[in-house]
Amino acid sequence: MNRRPWALGLVAALVFVFLYAPIAWLAIASFNSSRSLSRISGLSTQWYAELFEDTRVLESLRLTLQLALASAVISTVIGTLAAFGLRRAFPGRGVWTVLLSLPLVVPEVVMGVAMLGFFVKIAGIPLGFGALLFAHVAFSLSFVVVVVRSRVSGMDVRMEEAAADLGASPSVAFRTVTLPLVAPAVVAGAAFAFLLSFDDVVISSYLTGVGSTTLPVFVYAQASKRGVSPEIVALSTLMVTATALLLIIGVMVASWRARKAGSVAQLA
Amino acid sequence: MASSAFVSRRWLKANALLTPTGLWLGIFLIAPLAIVVQFSFATRDTGVARAVLPWTTQAYLTALDPAFLPIFGRTLVYAGATTIACLLLGFPLAWFIARHGGRYRTVLLAAVLIPFWSSYLARIYAWKALLDGEGLVNTMLGWVGLDRDGGFLLTHGAVILGLTYGFLPFMVLPLYVACERFDFRLVEASYDLGHGRTSTFFRVVLPGVLTGVLAGSLLVLVPAAGDFVTPKLLGGVDQSTFGSVIDDQFRGGNNWPLGSAMAVLLLVLVVLVLILRGRRGEDVL
Repeated sequence: MNRRPWALGLVAALVFVFLYAPIAWLAIASFNSSRSLSRISGLSTQWYAELFEDTRVLESLRLTLQLALASAVISTVIGTLAAFGLRRAFPGRGVWTVLLSLPLVVPEVVMGVAMLGFFVKIAGIPLGFGALLFAHVAFSLSFVVVVVRSRVSGMDVRMEEAAADLGASPSVAFRTVTLPLVAPAVVAGAAFAFLLSFDDVVISSYLTGVGSTTLPVFVYAQASKRGVSPEIVALSTLMVTATALLLIIGVMVASWRARKAGSVAQLA
Repeated sequence: MASSAFVSRRWLKANALLTPTGLWLGIFLIAPLAIVVQFSFATRDTGVARAVLPWTTQAYLTALDPAFLPIFGRTLVYAGATTIACLLLGFPLAWFIARHGGRYRTVLLAAVLIPFWSSYLARIYAWKALLDGEGLVNTMLGWVGLDRDGGFLLTHGAVILGLTYGFLPFMVLPLYVACERFDFRLVEASYDLGHGRTSTFFRVVLPGVLTGVLAGSLLVLVPAAGDFVTPKLLGGVDQSTFGSVIDDQFRGGNNWPLGSAMAVLLLVLVVLVLILRGRRGEDVL
């Protein structure tokens, strides 16, 4: 397999085609002049214009963003703490690992109906934003822990020991050494949590209350009647474009900082 | 080695850090799952569609009725085929990024995830449009004479394609972690010692990345078995799966005990897979 990297590269390229084909098609269809997703009849930007006038879509987009942001903040904070808790071996770590792997492997429909039954019949939690937030943090947490933990466990303990030897107090060492080292993983975990919440259909569909319909649930309800509306296609295109741009900017900033660090190292 | 006071301080610190997560999962995940087990033994109250006592195993008897067998079978085929397809697509990609990605590894890995920043439903509908009789895929296949009347929509293949598309990142990420840790010099060593490509793959590469394969399969297999949105949107007339039967029982308010019993059966599958995995995949998950 090392003798023919081009063959492997070709397969990898084909997988990328598979991943991007529907996205590319959505981008094309978002400029379609007719409502159809399958037949392109002409160019138009009317769906983008309609998207920004559709108050129902914008309202549920606002709610979905608030929910995803709140869920990402909570699950990142407590998930990062948990990842540090799992850093060193201790009696009972295996039990924690099993508990944390549950949200990753239990099917969404099972979590959804379980939460519906528990919230409504037992805990008396009204359906709506609160119930959604409790649920979204519960299924995002483990992803944050997995991502942050992989970084924490790969970290060189000697870095922190060196900081302590040089006179840094534990809190200073944590802020100036540990945190910068794990920051990329924390950011990745937060992005993951945001995305999971933002795109969740199944669990949210059981827990939305009156006036608190998230965008995916709204789209699902609409789509099962008459297909996905062109405004949603336009919105999806905007989301992917924005994410890709953010990623490109992030990579450019990272390489610029690496170059700067390199030149500083050369001076020293 | 260490004094017991040191061990217990470490134990206290670890558990203190884990407490918020433990509480959240305990209240909002474990308690609900326990309630589902309780519901599954309840009697159906048809009047208000609520689960009430006395306790009975009736729901399980209904769930294991032979009438549901084809649905179980279809679900297992979908989930199994999806896992295999994700492995076949995900492994070359993860290996390529880890081995040949160089300084672009992070970018390539992020590129795997970017499509998932658009609405899942919109992407499924895009596949619907692409697989349609007049869609791009059928048109292009028509150029080489491989087109199919009516396209590929509403087939089992379309459902497996949609599921594979949806779950692929969950396979690629753990596989990538395993490939990145793999010492690629072992492959050269194996070739130098006279092993062929097949033998090297099965005796050196596969054991080396097995944790990633197991973790990825775990993340794909069971969630795919529970998915009902994809079969509903891409499948044919009879697209009931395990997940959609559970969904019907709850959403229509029809029969919560039956839905709960089926959910418990899926949970049993989760536990079985976790036990089968043992500790081997633990460090990746």
